[in-house]
Amino acid sequence: MALSSNFWIWIAAILTLAIYSFLYKDNPFYKFAEYLLVGISIGYGISVYWHNTIITKVFNPLVYDKNFLVLIPLLLGLLMFSRFFKNVAYLSRIPIAFVVGAGTGLSVPSSFEFLFKQVYATMPTKLDIGIIIIVIGVISTLIYFFFSLEHKGFVGRVSRVGITFIMVAFGAAFGYTIMARVSLFIGRIQFLLSDWLGIIK
Amino acid sequence: MFIRRTLPLLVSAIFGVALIFQFFIPHPASKSFYNMMLDWLIIVSAFTYLIAVQSTVELHITKIKRKVEGWQYSIIVLVSLFVTALLGIFGGAFMPTTLWMKIFHNVKPTDTTPLMYTYLYMQMPMQSTIFSLLAFYMASAAFRSFRARSFDATLLLITAGIVTIGRVPLGEFIYKGLPDVVEWILKYPNMAAQRGILIGVQLGIIATSIKIILGIERKYLGGGK
Repeated sequence: MALSSNFWIWIAAILTLAIYSFLYKDNPFYKFAEYLLVGISIGYGISVYWHNTIITKVFNPLVYDKNFLVLIPLLLGLLMFSRFFKNVAYLSRIPIAFVVGAGTGLSVPSSFEFLFKQVYATMPTKLDIGIIIIVIGVISTLIYFFFSLEHKGFVGRVSRVGITFIMVAFGAAFGYTIMARVSLFIGRIQFLLSDWLGIIK
Repeated sequence: MFIRRTLPLLVSAIFGVALIFQFFIPHPASKSFYNMMLDWLIIVSAFTYLIAVQSTVELHITKIKRKVEGWQYSIIVLVSLFVTALLGIFGGAFMPTTLWMKIFHNVKPTDTTPLMYTYLYMQMPMQSTIFSLLAFYMASAAFRSFRARSFDATLLLITAGIVTIGRVPLGEFIYKGLPDVVEWILKYPNMAAQRGILIGVQLGIIATSIKIILGIERKYLGGGK
């Protein structure tokens, strides 16, 4: 057994135990770690935005490449802060409109591309039980989410098949999520027993 | 009225249409326009993040001022937020900044930044521990909510059980063909429903996008004049 002498490993181990203390009940140690995580995560985001966006995409092009076009998004970004001044708060709608408009413009072609790929992949190329299941599953799932027609009669029966497929997919997704969480738990225990306490190798 | 309502609608329509058209124009100028727009989006989005930070900071300052229950934890949020941000800004995100290397002469460009230490030994362990904590609660919550009340709930529970057990050696130990059953579930019924949902989502995105570009959907502008 070789207890870790690394200061940072100790910090990580103490914080891990502080969070696991929640399994007993909500307590100040857990709360401390929880709030610390919130603060660190936001601070990390600020740092990454600062270096990857403000320095790389605004400061460097403006100062070194003399690319004055970046002043437009910079100005748009600064307009966001107009929401703090009541008489000019409406100006913050312009950058929001830009983000929404450009975002939709970018998403339409890529959504069409994705849609066609999915439809193409669903087309039966040969008679196979698996492919038939996929075709039935896709159509019935789509009908289940189609609310312009009342789910009665034939449509109702098809949407019933759709919900069966959806439940299987949700079950699989749920099973996978449990697996992911359990593997994270194993990883944390491994860290505590191996990296920190040195009990296992 | 023009600046308050019409201009934002025009901005979203113009940029929306321009970006749709550029997709169909195979020209270097179109490609560079696309890249420029992506950069502009990233820059403007960075400011939206700052608005979110301002909101969080204001919330916690108010909690401290009013001494609401647990206000001491708000101090932790604010201190850790500013310390991490300052360490990241002055020390560098992924590699040390020139300023940091000037202050600490023994720091080399290949060294780990202070921000990375907080990320690797504080943020990441805490994040994965919180997510792993959910393993305990998910199992009990699932038991309570999915108790085989109906055919659908039973189906969901059985599938979840098969997928969970079938993916570990225990599953193969119980029944040799279980991994194949899991593979079949994932490959056919699961894939069919996922694809149906994805097609529906894409159709929804396209419809909403067109509504935004045409100015029919304008909730993102908020209320007021």
